[in-house]
Amino acid sequence: MTAVAAAAVPAGVRHEVRATRVVWQREMMRFLRNRGRLAVTLAQPVFLLLVLGTGLSVLVPSTAGTGDYRTYLFPGVLTMTVQMPAIGAGASIVWDREAGFLREMLVAPVRRGSLLLGKCAGGTTVATCQGVLVLSLAGTAHVPYDPALLATLTGELALSALALTALGAVAAVCISRVETFQAVLSFAMTPLLFLSGAMFPLAGLPRWLTVICLANPLTYAVDPLRRAVAAHAPAAAAPSPGRQLPVAAELGITAALAATALAVAAHRFARPG
Amino acid sequence: MSGEVRFTALPVGPAPGSGFASPYAGAGESDAPAAGRGLPPVTVLARGLRKAYPGVEAVRGVDLTVRAGETFGLLGPNGAGKSTTIAMLCTLARPTTGRASVAGADVTTDPGAVRRRIGLVFQDLTVDGDLTAAENLRFHADLYGLPRRTARRRVADMLALVGLHDRRDSLVRTFSGGMKRRLEIARGLLHAPQVLFLDEPTLGLDPQTRAQLWEHLHYVRTQRSVTLFLTTHYLEEAEHCDRIAVIDGGRIVTEGSPADLKAAIGADRVAVRTADDTAALSALRERFGLRAHAAPEGLLLHVPDGASFVPRLCAGLGVPVLSVAVTRPSLDDVFLRCTGRTIHDADGVR
Repeated sequence: MTAVAAAAVPAGVRHEVRATRVVWQREMMRFLRNRGRLAVTLAQPVFLLLVLGTGLSVLVPSTAGTGDYRTYLFPGVLTMTVQMPAIGAGASIVWDREAGFLREMLVAPVRRGSLLLGKCAGGTTVATCQGVLVLSLAGTAHVPYDPALLATLTGELALSALALTALGAVAAVCISRVETFQAVLSFAMTPLLFLSGAMFPLAGLPRWLTVICLANPLTYAVDPLRRAVAAHAPAAAAPSPGRQLPVAAELGITAALAATALAVAAHRFARPG
Repeated sequence: MSGEVRFTALPVGPAPGSGFASPYAGAGESDAPAAGRGLPPVTVLARGLRKAYPGVEAVRGVDLTVRAGETFGLLGPNGAGKSTTIAMLCTLARPTTGRASVAGADVTTDPGAVRRRIGLVFQDLTVDGDLTAAENLRFHADLYGLPRRTARRRVADMLALVGLHDRRDSLVRTFSGGMKRRLEIARGLLHAPQVLFLDEPTLGLDPQTRAQLWEHLHYVRTQRSVTLFLTTHYLEEAEHCDRIAVIDGGRIVTEGSPADLKAAIGADRVAVRTADDTAALSALRERFGLRAHAAPEGLLLHVPDGASFVPRLCAGLGVPVLSVAVTRPSLDDVFLRCTGRTIHDADGVR
């Protein structure tokens, strides 16, 4: 009898992987079922690209080849697109806590790190999917639909999404109230985006702002996207504020950030009450 | 429910009083020493369980012994330490001092084993409204690592058990409070736990739904060999239990079956309305040697045999009697006797 029971609940890696996958699956189901939320989170970057980008392209005449300010803005808009759902994954941890569902997960015989990994994988997938949807608007920003470019951009977006989701998770495990979480993130995310080179080139900023920009993790998420786009549409190019790092180093910084944030979040999350 | 996995004599805890001297063996490794004495094995055992939070001592030394198959109720007012006790038994909170074992595993040293062997129905609703009933259960099956085929069958079985089979593919947010509760019970039982913990399972439900839920719980007990461990501050709910422990201020103040506890009071409750309560109070004291106290329903007193006392009272009181009500002792009287106040008063204070 007990042998059956023991076999019914296998310990070990496969069980943890399955737990991670089901948490990821739940995020996917909630994403696909909530079309309204999808529309709202996509509306802002699309609005920014089509309205603000078009309006400002009159003010900012194109200096290099084809394209205009919209081309410059495109990598930033992509980053912004993944930023919101990635943070949303963190918010879903806080919501689950508030709604009580988190307790159902916490009392299960699995490592809390596996649960957190599932949550972050879910946030990353959702964010990347939304990024790909906005990527389909490349033509409106005079960015060519080159398969290699699109693949590079998708990969880089996925990495940024992972780092941002992990950062959101760190905030979520440290903050237990939904209101506080939303206030903290909306306060932090807008300046981070502005100072990442997403909206305007960082070269030529006052020295103190340049320092902040170079310390801003989003800078290293936006710049590889920009350089990939610029290779095909020179209007996206921007002069670098300092000595320019190789793309691999920038991606490495983002990956390291993601790994650190995941480790910190998992560590905090695993603490028993 | 064909091919059901049933848990029978799993590792057997020591008999009450023997503390932790008898070592717990791993699942299925020990014979049942208590079986010889004809008692079911102990599934929940707590000794000197304490939990202190900064500034508050929520639980101050709780001893519990619950045997397999029992429905055990922890009865107490809000803030008595019920939820904290359950949280420690379910490994969601670490005891400050003291020890506890659940389903043969120590909650501090082997929380993983405890978690696999228990089900939990939380105080607040914890089903996901954006998923269907079946999806909620499948999520749980994956978290608990049930083999897929077993999971499929058990999801169907459990939904049938709690009467939600026809709603299996409805989004849970369309469910009523009672239906969500039933779904949580189904979920708590999905991985065939030895003990199902229910923390205030009927909180926030209307009386009719509450009664219905209890019908389901009783039905579950006829179908599964599972120990139910629940907390409540509803006295009528405690009546459903085989045994209850009354907890107040983080301590167990009394323990036993509802009938035994009521019998131990040994007295019926008599509520008398008179034309002059002050005169009646002194008459009761002088002529009957009884102490009464004023309550909203009249003067309250306790006598061994209420029915035969009423005629003597009416004849001998000397004050016009307007009405007399005799009630058998209730759990409220048990609570009053043990704590000096009614459970409703205690709820109000906190």
